Amino acid sequence: MDIYLPIANLSVNALVIILLGGAVGMLSGMFGVGGGFLTTPLLIFYGIPPTVAAASASTQVTGASVSGVFAHMKRGGVDFQMGAVLVVGGMFGTAAGAAIFEILEALGQIDTVINILYVVMLGSIGGLMAKESLGSVLAVRAGKPRPAAKRRHHPLVASLPMRWRFYRSGLYISPLAPLILGFVTGIMTMLLGVGGGFIMVPAMLYLLGMGAQVVVGTSLFQILFVTMASTMMHSLTTKAVDIVLAVFLLIGSVTGAQIGARLAQRMRPDYLRLLLAAIVLLVALRMALGLGWRPDEIYTVQAL
Amino acid sequence: MKWIVALAMMFLPLSLSAQAVPKLVPDVSQRQINIQSGFTGAELLLFGAIIYPRGVAPEGQVDVAIVLRGPARPITLREKQKIAGIWINADSSDFRSVPVYYAIASSRPLRNIVDSKTAAIYELGLDNLQLSPSGEVDAKEQRRFSNGLVDLKQRNGLFLQEAGSVEITDQVLYRARLKIPSSVPVGTYVAETLLIRNGRVIVADDNVEVRVRKTGFEQLVTILAQDYSLFYGAMAVLVSLLLGWFAGYIFQRL
Repeated sequence: MDIYLPIANLSVNALVIILLGGAVGMLSGMFGVGGGFLTTPLLIFYGIPPTVAAASASTQVTGASVSGVFAHMKRGGVDFQMGAVLVVGGMFGTAAGAAIFEILEALGQIDTVINILYVVMLGSIGGLMAKESLGSVLAVRAGKPRPAAKRRHHPLVASLPMRWRFYRSGLYISPLAPLILGFVTGIMTMLLGVGGGFIMVPAMLYLLGMGAQVVVGTSLFQILFVTMASTMMHSLTTKAVDIVLAVFLLIGSVTGAQIGARLAQRMRPDYLRLLLAAIVLLVALRMALGLGWRPDEIYTVQAL
Repeated sequence: MKWIVALAMMFLPLSLSAQAVPKLVPDVSQRQINIQSGFTGAELLLFGAIIYPRGVAPEGQVDVAIVLRGPARPITLREKQKIAGIWINADSSDFRSVPVYYAIASSRPLRNIVDSKTAAIYELGLDNLQLSPSGEVDAKEQRRFSNGLVDLKQRNGLFLQEAGSVEITDQVLYRARLKIPSSVPVGTYVAETLLIRNGRVIVADDNVEVRVRKTGFEQLVTILAQDYSLFYGAMAVLVSLLLGWFAGYIFQRL
């Protein structure tokens, strides 16, 4: 079944897009991540122009995270105060991201920068996750109790001025720390079409030291609003949001997410994290190799 | 008086040949190509008749070339090079007029029917496109960029050159098929038919136009995205929110 994407200006197989969304959705349901970090590269491999891929993937993440936010809100798993600070940072981040995008596009380096960012980010996060989950899997195997996670914010965060109380997160820290975190993920959202959950969750846990019960909900809350902002920003600047592409991705991903969530209940969390780490590292490896391989097209056309 | 005779003698063959110029009656299977949801490309049939003076076809072979050309646009062409182990855009060149689409069909290979000068004048063939490179780049480098551009566009199906694809029946009727890929840009395309004999273009006709446009939903989406981007962005967000919320609601019931 072929459909024409009016903004990407090419026709694609709708089934491939739905399946792609479904596979990513399944992972996001299993691991509680938005999955944007897989959607964008997969779309690019499939032949969608990188800008359209990143813009439309962020639109898709909005839809993929909305029901998660509701679910976490019901359980009281969203720290709205923290979320609001993160969102404000995220808004500034998308604006800064848009400016960076424009500069890089004019220089002709946007694709390379997107690729390198992916490799660095996925490589480091995947590596950390693999190390951590492997450690706990091995500890469980050896019959030793898991080392208790210490919950304390980073000394750097503690040194920032102007502390606020974040009751739900159980924190007394400067709002500058989440503001900066939100800002950085906002840039990522704009450039890479990712929600940024897989950066934000570890950062909230290990840098801010937030309580685990509000981490995922609050990160989803921030992702929801920042991807909305980034869709608006892309619509206004790059004009690369393909709503047809986003809708087909969503049809796949919302279905996949439900299947993934059910699968996840039958699996041990440590193994689940190890699996996610392996997938993340695999994508990073593929992209790293892609940088060094001779590309199919040496030449690219940019309209003036 | 002698010079008048001489002048008359000079113009006589010209006026005679002006009378003897055949006329082309070209047409195309579709005057309009509509891009809509199921669009996977199109195939155009370009055909027509050659009307000879007094209805007599001349001795010897005639050849026909048909050019279909989209609007020209200025572009920047970037070239990747391997630097420090990774491929990045390292060099670029500007072209002021690159047709978004260019296809040429001819009854025989072009080099067999026209000399290089004629080919250059009428821009026949992918090697003869006047892409108007701008900026001061040396000729060799320019050649490399033009070749790269033509090669890229050829593999995208947006530039094509097909020798022998024009069929001529009884030296009067001709027809050719040209493929248009799904990634074809919108605009007004011009089809030019050239009648060629003894290496010279006898008559050329470029009165056939083909409009490529998006219609219906695809047109609406494009217009909204381009001209009403704030509204379009809000719509995209809303659609995404509703779809996500609705799916969550449905699956909760299941």
